Amino acid sequence: MTLGFRTIKEVPKDEFLAPGHRMCAGCTAATAIRQVLKAAGRNIIVTTATGCLEVATSYFPQTAWRVPWVHLGFENTAALASGIESAMKALRRKKKSEENPHVIAIGGDGGTFDIGLQALSGALERGHDFLYICYDNEAYMNTGIQRSSATPYCAATTTCPPGKRSMGQKTQKKDLVGIAVAHEIPYAATACPSYPIDLMNKVKKGLEVEGPALLHILTPCPTGWRFDISLGIELGKMAVLTGLWPLYEVENGVTRLTVQVPKREPVKKYLELQGRFRHLTEEEINRIQERADRLALKFGMGPLRQ
Amino acid sequence: MKRLGLSGNYAVAYAVKMADVDVIAAYPITPQTTIVEKLSEFVANGELEAEYINVESEHSAMSACVGASLTGARVFTATSAQGLAYMHEVLFMASGLRTPIVMANVNRALSAPLNIWNDHSDAMAERDAGWIQLWVTSAQEAFDATLEAFKIAEDVLLPVMVNLDGFIVSHTYEPVVLPDEGLVRGFVPSRPLQNRVSPKFAYSIGVVGPPEAYYEMKYQVVDAIEKSREKIRDVDKEFGERFGREYKFVNEYMMEDAEYALVTMGALTGTAKVVASGLRKEGERVGVLSIRCFRPFPKEEIVALLGDLKGVGVVDRAVTPGGPSNPLFAEVATTLYERGSRPLLQSFVAGLGGRDVPADDFKSMFGLVKDVVREGKSRPCIYVGLRE
Repeated sequence: MTLGFRTIKEVPKDEFLAPGHRMCAGCTAATAIRQVLKAAGRNIIVTTATGCLEVATSYFPQTAWRVPWVHLGFENTAALASGIESAMKALRRKKKSEENPHVIAIGGDGGTFDIGLQALSGALERGHDFLYICYDNEAYMNTGIQRSSATPYCAATTTCPPGKRSMGQKTQKKDLVGIAVAHEIPYAATACPSYPIDLMNKVKKGLEVEGPALLHILTPCPTGWRFDISLGIELGKMAVLTGLWPLYEVENGVTRLTVQVPKREPVKKYLELQGRFRHLTEEEINRIQERADRLALKFGMGPLRQ
Repeated sequence: MKRLGLSGNYAVAYAVKMADVDVIAAYPITPQTTIVEKLSEFVANGELEAEYINVESEHSAMSACVGASLTGARVFTATSAQGLAYMHEVLFMASGLRTPIVMANVNRALSAPLNIWNDHSDAMAERDAGWIQLWVTSAQEAFDATLEAFKIAEDVLLPVMVNLDGFIVSHTYEPVVLPDEGLVRGFVPSRPLQNRVSPKFAYSIGVVGPPEAYYEMKYQVVDAIEKSREKIRDVDKEFGERFGREYKFVNEYMMEDAEYALVTMGALTGTAKVVASGLRKEGERVGVLSIRCFRPFPKEEIVALLGDLKGVGVVDRAVTPGGPSNPLFAEVATTLYERGSRPLLQSFVAGLGGRDVPADDFKSMFGLVKDVVREGKSRPCIYVGLRE
């Protein structure tokens, strides 16, 4: 296996996501994709589901993509990638082409957790050699902050607003990596652009394995989460340091924490930075803390900092 | 060349194999399934070198086809009814991105109530998707149209749907002449097509088309399908020269000196022809015009062949609930409207959900067309064979 990046200095200076795109100021999804492309290099074909990233990078007559890129629909980017991967394979076998690019499919949480889950499951099950990336900003941000099944418990969105009878999102986030791993794929991992080396090395691993790989990236969203645009990277760090976003990978069924948190921060420090959790009472905060504690136990993170 | 007894579905599968497709992405649905079963068999036996993607839905089938087609691969899929409806939004993307996909649509009624039998509601609901639509009436025509479809699609960069009536054509075994594979390759050479997705160029495909651009982008599809008429004519001619069976946008039967005619599509045509031939013997000047190419619609042929008749009945095997008329009637009537003098038009619906349309029904349709001409006024749509 190719050695991963050890320091940021080893990361290529190439920029495959051009500056000047229309993602919001402070958007960490753009940062994440920039990192993904740096790690992946030039020999790739990218597909992207409808969503923030797609509309903000491909507004005709401009495009921010310096690599081949295709968008088709909202729910079908994994199927689109399946077609591209299979066709390239057939054309090589029939000696009609020698091209052998990596195929990367990118979807937001709506396009992955909800409307695109069937196409994703099909593509994982069929074993296409591709990397699926979910950039998860925890709601339908492109259409104006509606809840998805990736929205965390008690977060406020425009379709799960807190009110007299509601504390916001009633349900817990789906375990996307768990779902992917249930397909017995060779590689699945979580990542966060606040930890770029970890993220980029996971991209490399995901591309290197034969068969499907999935990378689930938490991308804090200043617009939807309501935090200051300077705080995106800080938010990602806090998600990891509180234990709410464990950075781990599952390689051939073996789970390994990739970023250890020796002393976890209380979830309150993460929640209070965000407007979407402003309405919470101690009771809900405690419940979210309990979830972080459970995740810490599951993945072997350190105890809560007292 | 050999002659085999094949069902319409198998005839399609043989055409796809001979066209040496690179990728097939398909999902089972009755009555289409035997096409993709046969193709799976060809791939499993190494008779066809292709990637067969067992997708988890028709939506993904069409999505995978678009992706594969963009790389320059020759692709095929097949579906029916609910499957076609499930593909709906992707059909528009396929034409919008100008992917030369060939699809066999084995016509079946749309649910509810659930019905696996034949009518044309599935394809009619996709009239506006920017696909070329060919319609066949026999297994041989299914084979021929599928081969033609690859050539047409790849020449005009538009997807082509080959429609064959569920069970009536799809499952009926008929003698089919299969040309030598070498001849077929000469007609549709197996070469990599124009590829727009390649690590060689950083194209962005499927971009956001804002109001300043969408209109012109959409118009390109309109323009391409309009211009495809010429290409379809050329392909029909070349097919005739190479294989000895020549096709046109419409099939005429006893139309030369006809005063009355029925317009049909698909397998109904056969019965209509038998009845027309019987009526001719009784001295009635009747004919049948069946539409082989529904998109682009054969406007010139309709005007030339129907314009001077006294009365024309249009037989729809699909309905437009709440509309002023049903799909095929609307097309024919609109086309003839531009002409000052035109025949009286009578709208019929027949054979929904696989209901048999026997010869007697055609006999009464011909009679009714004559009646309305005598009365000087057509009647509201007549639902032939509908029980009270």
